Amino acid sequence: MTTVPMEPVAAPEPRWRALRGTNVADRLYRTVLTTLALVLPLLLLALVGELVVSAWPAIQRFGGTFLWTSVWDPVAGVFGAAPMIFGTLASSLLALLLAVPLALGVAIYLTEFAPKWLRQPVAFLVELLAAIPSVVYGLWGIFVLIPFLRTVVVPPLRATLGWTPFLSGVFYGNSLLAGGVILAIMIVPYIAAVSREVLLAVPVSQREAALGMGATRWEAVWTAVVPYGRAGLIGAVILGLGRALGETMAVTMLIGNRHDIGLSVLQPAYTMAAAIANEFSEATTDLYLSALFEVGLILFVITVAVNALARLMIWRVARGTAVGSRAL
Amino acid sequence: MSTRRLRRRIVSGAMTALVAVLSFVAVLALVLILGYLVAKGASSLDWSFFVKNPVPAGQAGGGVANAIVGTVIIVGLAALIGLPIGIGTGLYLAEYGSGRLGWVVRFVADVLNGTPSIVVGIFAWTWLVKPMGHFSALAGSVALAVLMVPMLARTTEEMVRLVPHSLREAALALGYPRWRTSLRVIARTALAGIVTGCLVGIARVAGETAPLLFTALGNLNFSTSVLQPMQTLSLQIYVYATGPFDEWHRLAWAAALVLMGLVLLLSLAARWAIRQRHGAAR
Repeated sequence: MTTVPMEPVAAPEPRWRALRGTNVADRLYRTVLTTLALVLPLLLLALVGELVVSAWPAIQRFGGTFLWTSVWDPVAGVFGAAPMIFGTLASSLLALLLAVPLALGVAIYLTEFAPKWLRQPVAFLVELLAAIPSVVYGLWGIFVLIPFLRTVVVPPLRATLGWTPFLSGVFYGNSLLAGGVILAIMIVPYIAAVSREVLLAVPVSQREAALGMGATRWEAVWTAVVPYGRAGLIGAVILGLGRALGETMAVTMLIGNRHDIGLSVLQPAYTMAAAIANEFSEATTDLYLSALFEVGLILFVITVAVNALARLMIWRVARGTAVGSRAL
Repeated sequence: MSTRRLRRRIVSGAMTALVAVLSFVAVLALVLILGYLVAKGASSLDWSFFVKNPVPAGQAGGGVANAIVGTVIIVGLAALIGLPIGIGTGLYLAEYGSGRLGWVVRFVADVLNGTPSIVVGIFAWTWLVKPMGHFSALAGSVALAVLMVPMLARTTEEMVRLVPHSLREAALALGYPRWRTSLRVIARTALAGIVTGCLVGIARVAGETAPLLFTALGNLNFSTSVLQPMQTLSLQIYVYATGPFDEWHRLAWAAALVLMGLVLLLSLAARWAIRQRHGAAR
C-alpha cells in the first residue's frame, strides 16, 4: 500500500513528451505549418526581387530623371514617369478630400449619435461598398457618374470658380475629377470601418467626463473622443490613401489616360496603375517593358510605405488587434 | 450667457444632423450603384445570356457563358491554391507565431495585403506567363491566390486566437497531442470564423480584374483548359464597358449584375456563417 504511489509515475512520461512537442506527429505538424508560413515571406522576396531585376535596365538608363521628367516616348525610347506619379498623387488626394469628411461623418454618426437599432444595418450597408468590384465602379462611373458630373456638377462649379487654374479647360468627361470622385466612393467604406473601430475603442469615461463638465454632445465628441483616437483616425485615413494609390480598374476607365501634368481637375490625367494596365501588353521593346516595371516598383514602394505608416498609427490606439483586417 | 448656450446647442444639433446626412449620402451611393445595376442589367438577363457565348462585335445577342464558367474555374483554382496556404499560415501564426518568424510573417502579410493588385499581376506575368510563353488561366489563378493568402492568414489567426485558452488546456490535459488539439479542438471551434474568412477572401478576388489582364487575358471562345487564356466576368465587363457598341454596354451591365450578385452572395454567406458561430456560443 505504501509502495504504490511510486510505481505509476513512469506511465505519464509519454504525455509529458507530447506536451513538450517531441512527439513525431507534433514535429511534423509544426514543420508543415512552418513551411506554409514561409510561403508569404518568400513570395514577397520574389516579388521585390523580380520587380527590381525587371526594372533594372530602365533604372540604369534613366536614373533619377525617370521620376521628374515628363517625356514618355516609346518610339524614341525615352521614359519619364512624372505625369503618372503626379496623377496618382493628385487623384488620391482629391479622393481623400472628398472621402475623409464623409467617412468620418459616418463613423461618428454610427458610434455616437445613431439610434442603436440603426447602427448595424447602416454599418453593413456602408461596408457593402467595399464588396463592389472595381470594374463595376468603372462601369457605373462611365455611364452614370460622368453624365451626372457633366450636367449637374461641373456647370455651376465653372460658373463660380472657373477663373481658378483648377477648373480651367473643357470638360469632356474622363478627367481627374471623375477618377477622384470614384476613388472617394471606393475608399469611404475602408476609412469609415477603421475609424469606427477606433472610436469604439475610446473609453466611455472620456465621453462621460466631457458631458459631466457640461459639454454638449457634439462638444464631447469633438473635444474628448476624436482627439483621443486621433492617431488611429489618421491611420484610417492613410490606409484609405494606400487603397486609393493602388486602385487600378475604375481609375483607368475614368481618368482619361493622358500623359500630361495639368492643374485642372477637369482635364484627363494618368496614374501609375492605369499606365501599367493600359500599356503593359503593348510594350514592344525591352526598355519599354522595363520602364513599366519601374513604374510598378515605384507604386509598390509608395503603397508599402503608406500602409506601414497606417498600421503603426492604428496600432498605437488599438494595440495588438488587427484593426482593419475585418474591414478588408 | 444664454445666447452662448443657445449657440452651443445649435452647433451641437447642426453637427449631429450633418453627420447623419453624411451617413445617408454614403448609403445613398450604394443604393444608386446597386439600383443602376438592377435597372440597366436585369432586362438583359435571359436564358441565352447565360448559355450563349459572345458573338462578333456589332452583332446583336450573345451571352457570357464562357465568362461565367471561366470565373468559376479561375476563382475555384485560386481558392484551391490559396486556402491551404492561407489557413496554414494563420494556424502557424496562432500556434507558434510568438517568435521572430511569426513577427516577420505577420508584417509581410500586412504589406502584401496593401499591395496593388496590378503589381501582383505583372509579377505573375514574369513568373508564369513569360516562361510558359503564353497567357493562361493558371497564371491568373496564381495571381488571385497571392492576393487571397495574406488576408486569409490574418483572419484565420484572429479567429483561432478567439478560442478560449481553457479549451486548449483541457484537450492537452486529456492527453491529446498538440497537433490533434490544434486541428480537432481549436480549429474545429474556430471553424465558422475560418469559413467566413475564406468566403470573404474568395468574394474579394472574384471581382478582381487588374491581376487578370496579363495572365488570364480573356478569351472570346468557350474554354475550360487552365493552360489556355480564359474569359472572366470582370474582364468581359472591362472590354464591353470601354467598347463603342451599345449592345456591348447592355451586356456589360448585365454581366456586372451577375458578378455583383455572385460577390454579394459570398459576402452574405460569410455573414451568415459568422452568425452561426455566435449563435452556437450562446
